[in-house]
Amino acid sequence: MTDPLLIVSNLSIDFGRHRRPALTDVSFELADNERLGIIGESGSGKTVTALAIMGLLPETATASGSIRLRGNEMVNTGDRELAPLRGNLMSMVFQEPMTALDPTMRVGRQVAEVLTLHQHSAKEAARSAVVAMLARVGLPDPERIADAYPHQLSGGQRQRVVLAMALVNSPDLVICDEPTTALDVTVQAHVLATLDAVLDEANAACLFISHDLAVVSQVCDKVLVMLDGRVVEAGTVAALFNDAQHPYTRGLIAASRIDQLEPGSRLPQVEDYWKGNDA
Amino acid sequence: MKRFTLVVGLVLVCSVVLTALVSLVWTPFDPIRVVAADALLKPGWPHLLGTDAFGIDIVSRLMIGAQTTLQVGIIAVSIAAVVGVPLGVLAGQGSGWVSEVVMRASDVVYAFPALLLAILFAAAFGGSTWTAMAAIGIATIPAFARVARAGTLHVMASDYVLAARSCGTSRMGIAVRHVMPNIAPLIGVQASVAFATAILAEAGLSFLGLGTRPPTPTWGRMLRDAQNLLFGDPLQSLWPGLAIALAVLGFNLLGDGLRDYLDPQLREVS
Amino acid sequence: MIRRVGARLGILAASLLAASVLIFVVCSALPGDVASVILGEGATPDQLATLRHQLGTDRPLPVQYLSWASGMLQGDFGRSYLSGDSVASLLGPRLAVTFWLVTFSLILALLVALPTGMYAALRRRHWDGFIATALAQIGMAIPAFWAGLLLVAVFAVGLHWLPANGYVPFAEDPGSWAAHLVLPVLALGLIQGAMLTRYVRSAFIDVLNEDYFRTARAVGWTQGRAMVRHGLRNASLSLVTVLGLQLSSVLVGAIVIESVFALPGLGTMLLQVVTQHDLQVVQGTVMFLVAVVLVVNALVDVSYLIIDPRLRGERE
Repeated sequence: MTDPLLIVSNLSIDFGRHRRPALTDVSFELADNERLGIIGESGSGKTVTALAIMGLLPETATASGSIRLRGNEMVNTGDRELAPLRGNLMSMVFQEPMTALDPTMRVGRQVAEVLTLHQHSAKEAARSAVVAMLARVGLPDPERIADAYPHQLSGGQRQRVVLAMALVNSPDLVICDEPTTALDVTVQAHVLATLDAVLDEANAACLFISHDLAVVSQVCDKVLVMLDGRVVEAGTVAALFNDAQHPYTRGLIAASRIDQLEPGSRLPQVEDYWKGNDA
Repeated sequence: MKRFTLVVGLVLVCSVVLTALVSLVWTPFDPIRVVAADALLKPGWPHLLGTDAFGIDIVSRLMIGAQTTLQVGIIAVSIAAVVGVPLGVLAGQGSGWVSEVVMRASDVVYAFPALLLAILFAAAFGGSTWTAMAAIGIATIPAFARVARAGTLHVMASDYVLAARSCGTSRMGIAVRHVMPNIAPLIGVQASVAFATAILAEAGLSFLGLGTRPPTPTWGRMLRDAQNLLFGDPLQSLWPGLAIALAVLGFNLLGDGLRDYLDPQLREVS
Repeated sequence: MIRRVGARLGILAASLLAASVLIFVVCSALPGDVASVILGEGATPDQLATLRHQLGTDRPLPVQYLSWASGMLQGDFGRSYLSGDSVASLLGPRLAVTFWLVTFSLILALLVALPTGMYAALRRRHWDGFIATALAQIGMAIPAFWAGLLLVAVFAVGLHWLPANGYVPFAEDPGSWAAHLVLPVLALGLIQGAMLTRYVRSAFIDVLNEDYFRTARAVGWTQGRAMVRHGLRNASLSLVTVLGLQLSSVLVGAIVIESVFALPGLGTMLLQVVTQHDLQVVQGTVMFLVAVVLVVNALVDVSYLIIDPRLRGERE
């Protein structure tokens, strides 16, 4: 059997000497074509994990442990070595579509840039590839959108453009950091469906970060639950819903099932199950 | 690192102030009386930095120069702050058109750099310490007005001002009780930076012969005198320039250090 | 967009008007009489009255202002009371000197400030970034005219590489023209560059914290190339404004630098007429300089409307 696509082992990260570590001893694996959800509240270390895999941690961070992606070690590797991998072997979709695109550049050019950065293709070929990619992520009238500036697009459209940038080079791994959190609920469902489809089409593995268990269960096969920079629970989505071990996970599950609640009864909260390590 | 900026700034500013204070009561030699026999002595003892073309001790002249520098800075910055801050607060508190008029007026004044305004004043009234101070002060008003306006807008948007307004506190009351205390640190930072700019402008004016009149020694005037000696005694132009640069550096660093110290959020920005 | 440009031009016109009134008031509303200055102590009242009438200073101030202002609208900036020369004829030949000095200095300042400021922003948490910032801070504290004196002391007096002062027109001898401009441009440009470095640095630190910069890195740009590729585009928006504002300080710097290097430009002329109390020429020259500053800043604002796609209006 071949090695998994991504192996994270004993990853610890902290910012400065006097601060609480952001990540402690995190280990997990991800196979090709697999989709893994990482769930946890803000500050639990989800985004830090994602940035560490991309090699985009802020300069103030110190990391130990290992992240191997297709055999490439990502921890404490220089910007110059990592840059060719980013956008090519792995890519990332960020939370905030309103600010993720360069406001001064037409979006078609921004997508084309990602293409020409990693492969030497002619300008005309790049243009048609870009338009095709924009169509694949479900943008209507991709020719027109390619010539638009970000401020002329809606949030959902922008996030689709970001998705196009992430997928245009057919990466093996796409990291999605709360890709739909900033969108309206109706738009959220559409974008999620597109994401699901294009990931399948591209045969890409996905690391899907969210605080919303319902969203994760729609896209992912497996889930990792993080709390205070540690992995507290891991398993398939089904196993998690049926037989959660950690009280924090049980709290998350209860809180995600408000649709099944008796009208008038009290809303369950995570705190009912898990009061934190101090309590 | 950040404290370092503040400390170096404070040390430099304090040295200038101390020098000026000491020079009020004591200088090693007479800073004005011409001693032809001692002209152009090299640095040594008792004239540590030598003497100028008139045989006057350079250290003594530099010390007196600190007085003029501080005097011009203090008066000019005071004029700018006293006029600019209330205008800025008014613009920040007032309705759209008040704000527009104040800011546009300040843009017009902004097109007159301190030195140009001082040249204009010197042409009309004859150059003196007073025209220099007035010109630099007026030219600096827009800088204070802008800072005060930006700070006021920020304070006015806060919940506690909203609360005060809903209780019926008058505009004046809000300005005195909420706006002024909150923008005071910003004004302090601005004052320090404006002080540095004022020193540079004053030095330029004295260098052009449009500022403080002789025989009162100023650093800019000393450089003007030194320029004629550039071929014979280039060291003469080193000392006054160094004094100007250190004083300006001191006030700039003090301003930067204060900003970092008062507002950790701004640390990243400048 | 056209409305915005129109509004900006309206503000420019109002600013020019306000500035001209300000200059006129300072120069004219003074006690003191030009006629008696020209004719000296022994002039008879009749002579004075005749001269006043000739000069037009016997008219009420508003009338004098209107005739000055309407003259300027037709390109006539007034006439020297002392020499009789028109201000335009005095400005003309000196304009080129100041123009080259200011233009080259601004270019040098940009060439210094862009790389230094970007480097200082990128390496702001490292010692080399700190050194770049510290150098800029020191450069800002040095008066340009002192830098000029020091450069003369080293390169003209000490090494004899370059002339200490003076000017040769380009048409006469291009090599000598360039040689005479090197030191003044270095003095003014380097000091201005130090000031600009600070702005560049903070503009790029802003960019570094932007989401789109992170996106650029996530798609495969190295930090340095993302800075050039996406940082420069965005930072240049705020830097264009700063450059417009810097123009006034470069102009002022040029006045002093011209006096250090005895360059026959606008600054030297202005100082000369100030000492002669030739107020008409002072008034015209100052108005000209202020108008340049106001017009350039208006152009900067208008160009901003064109460069920034967000301000261009919905046009697809």
